[in-house]
Amino acid sequence: MTCRLAPPALFGLLLSLAASSLFTGYVDMSPQHLLHGALSGEPIPQRILIDIRLPRTILCLAVGSALGLTGAAMQGLLRNPLAEPGLLGVSGGAALGAVLALYTGFADTFYLALPLAGFTGTAIAIGVVFALAGRRTGTTTLILAGVAVSSLCGALISLVLNWSPNPTALSEIVFWMLGSLADRSSHDVELALPFIALGALLLLGCGRGLRALTLGEETAHSLGVDLARLRVRVLIGSALAVGAAVSVSGSIGFIGLVAPHLMRPLAGGDPARLLPLSALAGAALLTAADLAVRLLHNTGPELKLGVLTALVGAPFFLALILRTRQEAA
Amino acid sequence: MTAIACSGLRIELRDRVLLDNIDFAVRRGELIGIVGANGAGKSTLFKALIGLLAPTAGQITLAGQALRTFAPERRARLLAYLAQGHVAHWPLSVRETVALGRLPHGPGDRNTAAIDDALEAADLSHLAGRNVLSLSGGERARTMLARALAVGPAVLLADEPLAALDPAHQLRIMALLRAQAGAGMAVGVVLHDLPLAARFCTRLVLLHEGRMLATGTPSEVLSDTMLTQAFGICAARFQLEGSELPLPWQLTPQAPQRRSTM
Repeated sequence: MTCRLAPPALFGLLLSLAASSLFTGYVDMSPQHLLHGALSGEPIPQRILIDIRLPRTILCLAVGSALGLTGAAMQGLLRNPLAEPGLLGVSGGAALGAVLALYTGFADTFYLALPLAGFTGTAIAIGVVFALAGRRTGTTTLILAGVAVSSLCGALISLVLNWSPNPTALSEIVFWMLGSLADRSSHDVELALPFIALGALLLLGCGRGLRALTLGEETAHSLGVDLARLRVRVLIGSALAVGAAVSVSGSIGFIGLVAPHLMRPLAGGDPARLLPLSALAGAALLTAADLAVRLLHNTGPELKLGVLTALVGAPFFLALILRTRQEAA
Repeated sequence: MTAIACSGLRIELRDRVLLDNIDFAVRRGELIGIVGANGAGKSTLFKALIGLLAPTAGQITLAGQALRTFAPERRARLLAYLAQGHVAHWPLSVRETVALGRLPHGPGDRNTAAIDDALEAADLSHLAGRNVLSLSGGERARTMLARALAVGPAVLLADEPLAALDPAHQLRIMALLRAQAGAGMAVGVVLHDLPLAARFCTRLVLLHEGRMLATGTPSEVLSDTMLTQAFGICAARFQLEGSELPLPWQLTPQAPQRRSTM
């Protein structure tokens, strides 16, 4: 059922996508010229490669893997292939925090104000979900609490848009919400990467518990899994990884849903093996999407990354569902 | 030797008493059947015994030691639990599903023989590579039982392992549980099939509205009085190979409407 070649093949794909991302952009300069120039200290190639494209590529990989990994962990925890990072209020909180920062002008007060606000939003949202669901309640209460908090975040974002003082602030907020990794700097990488790495470590350590959950909560308990601890671990891991990711990228949909779905056959259905595979797949998907954004650009504003992932992701997901239905029939 | 026992066990959930004053023990080599009407507290008893529900009062001991003092993994190595419904959420293979029983033994566990033995005991070796979601109900029930056996436990608690199974599978599962008890395991099983309970179990515990109504040999527990009191039924009786088998026959005439505890 599983394919041993999948992880190395994915890794190879990821490396070539990352390399393409580094050498694709709006300045027409050959890879050799760019690399040689950057290494020999020429200011323009160095600025393009090190200051502009490298942070963008690193963030593509990190944000994509955070979304893919969190999606897989959420699906494993909730035992539902439709779960995704947004379900428990993780992305909604980040979006609300960032939108409030843009609305109040806090975002302009210092360089990392926007991602920090997003991050705080996630922390608060997850805290509220916890307070609502409690530590010992079941999966359904957790999902309901997440849905309630997500909806509230959505409503508050609409309220902020409603009260937006001027069209400039409005468009700034809307553009941020569309999701993008253009014009990010090494500061964004420094802010997001440690939290994504910490969240990923927490989530990758959940494989054993998620595997036991395959047979239901009672059986998992009887196999020695502390369910309350597992739940807390997945929630905190997701909050760290996705909170940090959304804070620097804005809202990017479908990666967290599609990556685990694509990888599940390769993982043989095993939720533990699915975790690293989904992280790799998420990174590959987002890097490819960001590459496409740059390649598709002709004139006018760049297509937003979040718009592309949703535009391609939704029909793709529908096709997957249809295929699964045909296979089941 | 007593493998698992409880004394004075009381379970309350949101001010409702689900179980009260339960004293019961399973010794090694015994196959104990838990019988009783729907809502009598059978599953609740098992959930308490595996530590999923905390007792309001009373003691549970596993291998002579208080259950609450066990680290989860050590408890899981000694005590296997077969849950109702045979849930499987993801398309693992039969072998991988059975191998989940080795989880309590830690990541370093290399005991593939335990998995092979469990597969063979449940007659699943030829299905080892099949997707567990594609199995028939009977095959899936056997897979889940093999998963519990793969733990290599001292105690096995099986909650309605026969539900929705055909007669051949019911007999197969009961024979397998009996064989495990014969090999020294302490086995507790929740059953609704009274003839099978009488035929296979060494002792029975009859629960009624959260209390223990009777315990003893099958013929003691499944007496006319007890069946009337616990289920509101009368049974026809057969003598077969020296055991008396009660076949639920009709509702007790003019029985007062039994209060549902569900």
